[in-house]
Amino acid sequence: MVHQYKNNGFNIVLDVNSGMVHVVDDLAYDIIALYENESKEEIVDKMWDKYSKENNFADLKKDYPELSEETLKEEISNIYDEVTKMKTDGNLFTEDIYENYIGSFKKRETVVKALCLHIAHDCNLACRYCFAEEGEYHGRRALMSYEVGKQALDFLISNSGNRKNLEVDFFGGEPLMNFQVVKDLVAYGRSQEEIHNKKFRFTLTTNGVLLNDDIMEFANKEMSNVVLSIDGRREVNDNMRPFRNGKGSYDLIIPKFKKFADSRNQTNYYVRGTFTHNNLDFAEDVKHLAELGFEQISVEPVVAQDGEPYAITVEDLPILMEEYDKLAKYIIGRRKAGHWFNFFHFMIDLSGGPCVAKRLSGCGSGTEYLAVTPWGDLYPCHQFVGEEEYLMGNVFDGVKATGIREEFKSCNVYSKDKCKNCFAKFYCSGGCSANAFKFHGNINDTYDIGCELQRKRVECAIMIKAAEAEME
Amino acid sequence: MKHIKTLNTKNLKDTMKKGGCGECQTSCQSACKTSCTVGNQSCENK
Repeated sequence: MVHQYKNNGFNIVLDVNSGMVHVVDDLAYDIIALYENESKEEIVDKMWDKYSKENNFADLKKDYPELSEETLKEEISNIYDEVTKMKTDGNLFTEDIYENYIGSFKKRETVVKALCLHIAHDCNLACRYCFAEEGEYHGRRALMSYEVGKQALDFLISNSGNRKNLEVDFFGGEPLMNFQVVKDLVAYGRSQEEIHNKKFRFTLTTNGVLLNDDIMEFANKEMSNVVLSIDGRREVNDNMRPFRNGKGSYDLIIPKFKKFADSRNQTNYYVRGTFTHNNLDFAEDVKHLAELGFEQISVEPVVAQDGEPYAITVEDLPILMEEYDKLAKYIIGRRKAGHWFNFFHFMIDLSGGPCVAKRLSGCGSGTEYLAVTPWGDLYPCHQFVGEEEYLMGNVFDGVKATGIREEFKSCNVYSKDKCKNCFAKFYCSGGCSANAFKFHGNINDTYDIGCELQRKRVECAIMIKAAEAEME
Repeated sequence: MKHIKTLNTKNLKDTMKKGGCGECQTSCQSACKTSCTVGNQSCENK
């Protein structure tokens, strides 16, 4: 499968199954588009007809001054041969050979390697879009006790097999409302590392309200990543992220987040925002955060049901597509000027990145990644907490509902019809199961608006790589 | 005349040989929590 598109003056050819990205000129772009369906002779004749025309030929001459009308046909033929060689070398028009590979990979005995600890089902903000419903997840307010948290870490250690790196995210609600337990659990985790030959990677997701110097110092020592929630411009943030009394949170958290980011040398953190129907011009929010000096930024679309006033609708999509284009151009401009920043959703690594097994087998929810409620219940991920049909067990007795685990284990790109012909499947791994469940009641479906936006982000991310290659 | 420039240095197919070790970060632990960002993660087994 090949995906061709034009963006910001670049002609891009993505060979989906190999992940190879080729930046080509107009002539090669047209040849590749015809290659699979027409013979060499037909393509050469067609290209000759098109590119020997006065205007087109003049355009070609700008890039290739040595080209003459006499040599054009030969040049077209040469490009055709180059495309053939790329195909032979496995860099273009490659077949999808992964279905059986992933099938057997998914059947392997899985281990638990990551937990999302809901350290507090309570929050000091009342964000309007919160999927946790102001921290309470359709249930009661609660804080995780040290005993439950310790049992969760023991559960993780004993279910992690040979996996050395274990990930624990302190999540909420707002985890800093239960900070002593966070500290005690980190100390307990560290005390177990050598005994079990494990390495904990702790992370923290916070709204910043309770952040202070002591917490920053602790986090800088112990947290491999911190996620700092802020939506961008003051009015945008304060509209969606107010305190329970309606007052905005921007002025309180911004100075703390700036200090925190600097204290981490602008690495191993994200300022992370959510954009909604209310700020479709979200590129302005990313710019705002970049101009404040943040270098690690993630601003992501809200996931909300139709009917919520802030939900993103199908009608919003053309505006959002344009906004991603604007953002991509802004990022290129900043990088050209030496003011680099990272936008999480445009991260793509063409020289490395995850292996194909990782890319096609899904996010690991329900198998390798589980969420733990304050009282120790296990769910496939943080977004399923409160969906009682997805209660998998608890940290004391382990996973009891093994059928749920099997359902998630068999869920991958090839189990989703909508993914089969999608060029972005190697980047989203079939998308978020929780979103699919929320919109279609089935984890083997996909959240369609999310897919549209994902495809656009992949296109922009690749285009930025093309622009960077040109800068070198 | 250069009509085609390839940006990658790595072909996904090559990762079948020693891929799947599972030591890499779980995507929802990185920043997202509402979308699947598997492609954004880095490999721990280079």
